[in-house]
Amino acid sequence: MKRTGTLGAMRCMLVRDLTLAVRRLSDVLTTLFFFVIVVSLFPLGVGPDLDVLRSIAPGVVWVAALLASMLALGRLYSSDYNDGTLEQLLVAPQPLSLLVLAKVAAHWLISGAPLVVLAPLLGMLLGMPADALQTLCWSLLLGTPVMSLIGAVGAALTLGLRGGNVLVALLVLPLYIPVLIFGAGAVEAGMSGLGADAHLSLLGALLLLALCCAPWAAAAALRISME
Amino acid sequence: MSGINWFKYASPASFYPLAGRLVPWCGGITVILSLIGLYIGFFVAPTDFQQGEAYRIIFIHVPAAWMSMCIYVVMAGYAALGLIFNTRLSAMMATSLAPTGAMFTFLALWTGALWGKPMWGAWWVWDARLTSELILLFLYIGFMSLQASIDDPRRASRASALLALVGVVNVPIIYFSVKWWNTLHQGASIRFDAAPTMAATMLTAMLVMTLAFWAYTITVVLMRVRSEILERERHTDWVAETLEQGK
Repeated sequence: MKRTGTLGAMRCMLVRDLTLAVRRLSDVLTTLFFFVIVVSLFPLGVGPDLDVLRSIAPGVVWVAALLASMLALGRLYSSDYNDGTLEQLLVAPQPLSLLVLAKVAAHWLISGAPLVVLAPLLGMLLGMPADALQTLCWSLLLGTPVMSLIGAVGAALTLGLRGGNVLVALLVLPLYIPVLIFGAGAVEAGMSGLGADAHLSLLGALLLLALCCAPWAAAAALRISME
Repeated sequence: MSGINWFKYASPASFYPLAGRLVPWCGGITVILSLIGLYIGFFVAPTDFQQGEAYRIIFIHVPAAWMSMCIYVVMAGYAALGLIFNTRLSAMMATSLAPTGAMFTFLALWTGALWGKPMWGAWWVWDARLTSELILLFLYIGFMSLQASIDDPRRASRASALLALVGVVNVPIIYFSVKWWNTLHQGASIRFDAAPTMAATMLTAMLVMTLAFWAYTITVVLMRVRSEILERERHTDWVAETLEQGK
């Protein structure tokens, strides 16, 4: 029997998760529509004044993206947990943390990347200027992977629990706060002419830190949840 | 090294009676230190020339805020011990510390609101310290609810231990991000270190109260860990014997 190397296994994992997601496209679209609906609720709640909307737009889009990516976390392991794939991953010869990293990457491509693409459109609806939209894209591009990585730990800890979906919000949202601060802060700093570079650098630093630590912690959490 | 076996008290069976003997002592120290601290705070310490008498809540507020942070770190330390060495007692200690930590966090927020109203004219401002204290409360609640929602005690303590470790890595990040967020959003925020120097008696009262809170924490945690031990070890012989003797 031919043994698959670690990189090969990671690629397999990524392709498999992406294929599964493409076959069940409605799941992906649900998250996106949630994102759109949450953002469009704000003008209805706050009022149609574009000046007000423009000033709260970075925060609104970021909070909506944060909620949407949290909502998608339930799908990260649940089907693999139900059909026993996850147990096979645990006994696989490849390091679990790297397999988890591949799963998170697939999850981000499915649920995080579409948010980045859709965000400028929503920002435009809220009256954001063009260069702020660009900053918004960059900040989401750096921030949504961090949220997927942190969320992978929370989702692994709450695997198969009663009310796991609500619990994961309670565990993960406080840990998302730095990402939210620097993400929305980048756009706001850009809009007020301060320059977004400092915030974006900090987001990049958070991404690197999460890339190093989160897959490892998520793998440990999976082992705890599956024993 | 003397002949003492340092790991003797890592076993719940030998720790249970030790905790029982320590509880009255720590409880007594709590009462004495609180009385001394409150006496110095309310009667000896001078009235602040800017804030009047209202500042005296500092003797509860600041020690509670210190404790809320210390307990989280201690809890994460026990959680790490439990994960690394797989000792049952460490996990029980982490479990028992969480409610006290959450209580002190809530106390710090509550007394902060009571202090903020006469000083700043608002119950709540989005100051960096207030906000990060609020987030700390969320972290405690997350820890406790994760523990509560897992039925298997072994999995519960291991999962929540991992969460506590992830949290303790995040606490400094959250603190600094909130601090920068605050300075960027609000400009110069209201600060409550307005008085340039602190009278020696004020400092004494605050330190005595901190020690009293530590003694309180140890008392309550030991009491809680004792019932935790009984609950988790209820199938063992020594628990049956202890309960029969009525100790």
